[in-house]
Amino acid sequence: MKSRVIEIVNKTGLHTRPGNLFVKEAKQFESEIWVKKGEEQFNAKSLLKLMKVGVSRGDKIEIICEGPDEDKALDSLCELIASLEE
Amino acid sequence: MFGKFKGISASQGIAIGRAFILKHEKICISDEVISEINIGKEIERFYKGRERAEFQLQELRQKAEISLGKNNAEIFEGHIEILLDNSIEDDVKSLIENRRFSAEKAIKQVINENVTVMEDLDNPYMRERAADIKDIGQRLLYATANVELTSLADLNEKMVVFAADLTPSDTAQMDKSKILGFITETGGVTSHVAIMAQSMEIPAVVGTGRIVDQVKNSDMVILDASMGEIIINPTDEQITEYKDKMHLLELSLLELAKLKNLPAETIDGRRVELCANIGSDQEVDNALKHGAEGIGLYRTEFLFMDKPQMPTEEEQFRAYRKVAEEMTGKAVIIRTMDIGGDKDLSYLKIPFEQNPFLGWRAIRMCLDSPDILYVQLRAILRASHYGKIRIMYPMIISVSEIRALNEILNNVKQTLRDDGIPFDENIATGIMIETPASAIIAKQLIKEVDFFSIGTNDLTQYTLAVDRGNERIAKLYQPFHPAVLSLISQVIQASHEAGKWTGMCGELAGNEQAALLLAGMGLDEFSMTPSSIGKIKKIIRMSRYSDLTALSEKVLDLSNSEEVIAVLNDVLKKYR
Repeated sequence: MKSRVIEIVNKTGLHTRPGNLFVKEAKQFESEIWVKKGEEQFNAKSLLKLMKVGVSRGDKIEIICEGPDEDKALDSLCELIASLEE
Repeated sequence: MFGKFKGISASQGIAIGRAFILKHEKICISDEVISEINIGKEIERFYKGRERAEFQLQELRQKAEISLGKNNAEIFEGHIEILLDNSIEDDVKSLIENRRFSAEKAIKQVINENVTVMEDLDNPYMRERAADIKDIGQRLLYATANVELTSLADLNEKMVVFAADLTPSDTAQMDKSKILGFITETGGVTSHVAIMAQSMEIPAVVGTGRIVDQVKNSDMVILDASMGEIIINPTDEQITEYKDKMHLLELSLLELAKLKNLPAETIDGRRVELCANIGSDQEVDNALKHGAEGIGLYRTEFLFMDKPQMPTEEEQFRAYRKVAEEMTGKAVIIRTMDIGGDKDLSYLKIPFEQNPFLGWRAIRMCLDSPDILYVQLRAILRASHYGKIRIMYPMIISVSEIRALNEILNNVKQTLRDDGIPFDENIATGIMIETPASAIIAKQLIKEVDFFSIGTNDLTQYTLAVDRGNERIAKLYQPFHPAVLSLISQVIQASHEAGKWTGMCGELAGNEQAALLLAGMGLDEFSMTPSSIGKIKKIIRMSRYSDLTALSEKVLDLSNSEEVIAVLNDVLKKYR
């Protein structure tokens, strides 16, 4: 299992559009992937869950990956979050 | 139907044209328990509906990609993702199987549950995204019931669109060139329609309350977003007036854009500061776009309104910090909450009052329940570490109020020091001058604070004892009344004698006639709707301070409002 804490830097957070990019990316991987914000942990492959938790700028979330491609999944998801602009 | 309506200005501009009303047909949802043999049928209907909804969204995505660009089209990929979400499918199926709900009833309940969760979120931007879930839910519901949705695709000439609310799937179907402007009953400055209208650079007024049933298709409409005003079936004179206004707006925007980076300085070197009034952290971009040198009034009321509970310290801190950071070292004046009996906050239990404007509002409320202010001041102080913030208290009538407020402020500062949380130790504090009492004792008040900011709307209403919301006495509401002008001039002088400064954040600050006069009186800072900054700067830059001083001395001797306006108009003519 691999995990990393990352801060959301884009202006509007993970709402519909950036959130969808994130979920789409997560679905590329075979690994189980979760996002943890505060005490809440949820499946990173569900955009609805992601939006219900409300991830916004300045929030620190932990991305947790477990499976055959966990390293690659973690790297590319962190990279995606860092590169969001909107 | 004739008449004027008011709302929140969400995107600048003026539009004149005919009304197009977007109304969604109602579908009926059966409350009956379904029989066991129909369970499979209802689940099948849900899947069929979902397929239809997905197909519609795919079509919308393609349409949007052509008419609105790739970025806007991506929203629909998100919508499809949510539509097909496993948890929605599982919950709907479970309600049909276990509770024997019809497919529509199950969908409605599941969507409502999800929307409720999102509407409770802390961040206003995220909260507004609940509209996306509602939108998807509605599409799924209609597709399952096999009822068609009316759409903006029906527009075939340029029109002003009226709707209760506009969702991304509504706007995706429109041909941009057919829309003159938007008017919606609900929504705020961060709602989908606001963002959309700003990117299309067309006017929009939101949050009007009931209007859709007050207007008919093809009624003539004037939409003036600069004032947040809508006129239904205007007179010919009004149409001519607004056409002129529209024309001037177009011309002046081009011309004023050139002034953006130049200082607001008179020919003989008197420099004033031109700032913006904002009501939300989403308005900073617009303020900077118009060349604001600071935020002269950040109204924090919107953080407190339209929600089930008090905004948390964290939520407030994030909003204030965002504004401070985006203004990059330029001053931001945050006014502590100015709420009273004329606004209904479910969680505050404000009792009904006969005279809310003379009642339990703003700091009067805060001094009685200091915890509201405590949380707000803590959020403001924490944010002060990230930019240049100033604090401003509204509705002051006495020195003892300021002392009580500053004592609370000092306590909050001490708790932050104890917790090791950084903040600006030299944060400036000021007060609004909006009561005649505060203007009259300005000399005493200035000893307690760093600056004044004059709120002309309330100062006019209180000085003249004229309710500014009462149409029957609208004629008597005269900001150029000599009594009001004399108070303003005294306030500015009192601050200067103490080596301090005075700003203005009422509507007068963005008025061209008033600018001549106020600059002459020595006003140091003018704060206004961002779109007015250019025209005021132009006037300042074309003036001589010595002329304006002489003008203001002359005007202060005049006997009534009509004379004042006549003299100022006369001077203004030379500027055209």
